[in-house]
Amino acid sequence: MNLSAIDFWILTASLIVASTPILLAGLGELVVERAGVLNLGVEGMMITGAIAGFATAVHSGSPLIGFAGGAAAGAAMSLIFAVLTQYLLANQMATGLALTLFGLGFSALVGQGYVGAKPPMMGKLDLGPLSDIPGFGVAFFRHDLMVYLSFAAVVAIWYFLSRTRAGLVLRAVGENHDAAHALGYKVVRIRILAIMFGGAMAGLGGAYLSLIRVPLWTEGMTSGAGWIAVALVVFASWKPGRLLLGAWIFGGITVLQLNLQVAGVQIPTEYLSMSPYLITILVLVVMSAMGGRKAKGAPGALGRSFHATH
Amino acid sequence: MIRLEKRPTPSRTWVAVTPVLAVLLTMIAGGLMFWALGKNPFEAIRTIFWDPLFNEQFAAYSRPQLLVKAGPLILIAIGLSLGFRAGIWNIGAEGQYIMGAIAGAAVGLYFYPEPGWHIFPLMVAAGLVGGMLWGLIPGLLKVWFGTNEILVSLLLVYVAESLLAAMAIGKMKNPDGGGFPGSRNFAKYEASANPELIAGTGMHLGVVTAFIAVIAAYVLLQRHMLGYNIRLTGQAPRAARFSGVSPAALVLICMGASGALAGMAGLFEVTGPGGQISIDFASGYGFTAVIVALLGRLNPIGILLAGLLLALTYIGGELAQFMLSLPKASIQAFQGMLLFFLLALDLLSNYRIRLARREVAR
Repeated sequence: MNLSAIDFWILTASLIVASTPILLAGLGELVVERAGVLNLGVEGMMITGAIAGFATAVHSGSPLIGFAGGAAAGAAMSLIFAVLTQYLLANQMATGLALTLFGLGFSALVGQGYVGAKPPMMGKLDLGPLSDIPGFGVAFFRHDLMVYLSFAAVVAIWYFLSRTRAGLVLRAVGENHDAAHALGYKVVRIRILAIMFGGAMAGLGGAYLSLIRVPLWTEGMTSGAGWIAVALVVFASWKPGRLLLGAWIFGGITVLQLNLQVAGVQIPTEYLSMSPYLITILVLVVMSAMGGRKAKGAPGALGRSFHATH
Repeated sequence: MIRLEKRPTPSRTWVAVTPVLAVLLTMIAGGLMFWALGKNPFEAIRTIFWDPLFNEQFAAYSRPQLLVKAGPLILIAIGLSLGFRAGIWNIGAEGQYIMGAIAGAAVGLYFYPEPGWHIFPLMVAAGLVGGMLWGLIPGLLKVWFGTNEILVSLLLVYVAESLLAAMAIGKMKNPDGGGFPGSRNFAKYEASANPELIAGTGMHLGVVTAFIAVIAAYVLLQRHMLGYNIRLTGQAPRAARFSGVSPAALVLICMGASGALAGMAGLFEVTGPGGQISIDFASGYGFTAVIVALLGRLNPIGILLAGLLLALTYIGGELAQFMLSLPKASIQAFQGMLLFFLLALDLLSNYRIRLARREVAR
């Protein structure tokens, strides 16, 4: 075993890359849940975004167009969820699960011809002298555009939710949809927009997996990342800043686990690869134990269907 | 303008009709999906729903497969339906299925190569306990800390899958297997085999157990106090609380029972059709069973029929993979679509659709 091969700054850099997909998907789900909707189909939207982004990038030759394609596909998938839960008042948990099953199957069907294809590479942003700072620069200033966009999204979503009127309306809808409706806000319309935003973000996260993190297309390649993103929102108590922290912790565990495998630790790979899921469960338990019966900060109307009688 | 009016109780007619309607709509939408992918839609639908049962060339092989696939689906779905009725969402049956198989296999390998009639029953018991304990983890965490059982049971599926891979290439690897991953073949070891009971039917002990579970669940829900409490909790949680039903006990009973049935399904699979613990042993029965339970309206008889139908899509999917080179996962897309239509049509059971003029505030 050789642990000295693990360099802290390089580890941090790969941690950020590993956490970006779940950060993007988690941010989307956070906004959706703040609007009072529980979409458990993140895994399905992510994998659809992964193949759609991959396919558009391969055909157009541009990773940026690929990301746009991934986001569009994720949003399209979420629209199915939106119609079922908002207009047809279907159970949100069952619909989310259906979305995941459908997404996993559909992506495999579409992705049949893309196994083994090579996506166009996305260049790192050149940040000039910043990238040359030893250590810190290696960890934070040698990434691709999407990483910085995901950081910007954390700030933007924080600002939107806590400092703008539209964000306040969205939270009102999520806390008490009957009251929001009585005040004249369009509950269904606001929720559909939030759901589509969540779908687009999950699609971006999926596309990041297939275009940068891996970068290849394989069936079922998200392997639970979408579910971890949902769990992360609980961990973050529905706050964007804490979501970033959570994503880094999980990214760190994933990367450390991979590094330990490479370093040749005397634990079989299969046991090490359980660790992200076990840690997620542990975190969920700790959060629920601290929050009592109802998880801390959960929106009041989370997961409940809204049916306007008047 | 269309207005929805909530029915006081779900319409019985629509509850029975919507699953059939959902299947028909899925066939149409699925056909369109295959057409968009450049396959002949009529051929695809015929290959999936008709050929497994009636094609002269394949039916001899695929007809018995119907029971082989339906057995685990029904057994798992019956367990899940109890929890779903009470609003307890065990989504991780796939993991409990795997853990049941691993626990049962461990007992079988312990006795290998001894003969003995007692070995198989012990394996079944181990499978039951293995699945039950795995299902009780999210149950206990929910009762103790209020942790969301959906997420925990689901994340445990990935843990179980990793453990399965670890077993297949590590502890349980066949020492006489020439270095290939996978355990000894239980179907070939007489004391642990779960063979076909009547040749050419696909009927094995797991299928028999599934049928028994259907009857038991029917009796439980219709005639037993526990079944009544489960139904009461699902429909009126507060009323159930006042009548003295302990929510914690109900969570543990439902999670434990569904885990136990899923574990048994895994054990019957590994000793029969599956044959061995291997990396690709899990085949998604645990997830499909969720659809079976919902399509069957959480009703034991309905689950029996839904299990047979989804077993048909499994076999038809394999046939389509072979005949039309459709990928294996396309059947999962099909099943997801079925669930979409079912959930959408549920509106008709729960609401009346009224055409009304837009009301003006007075």
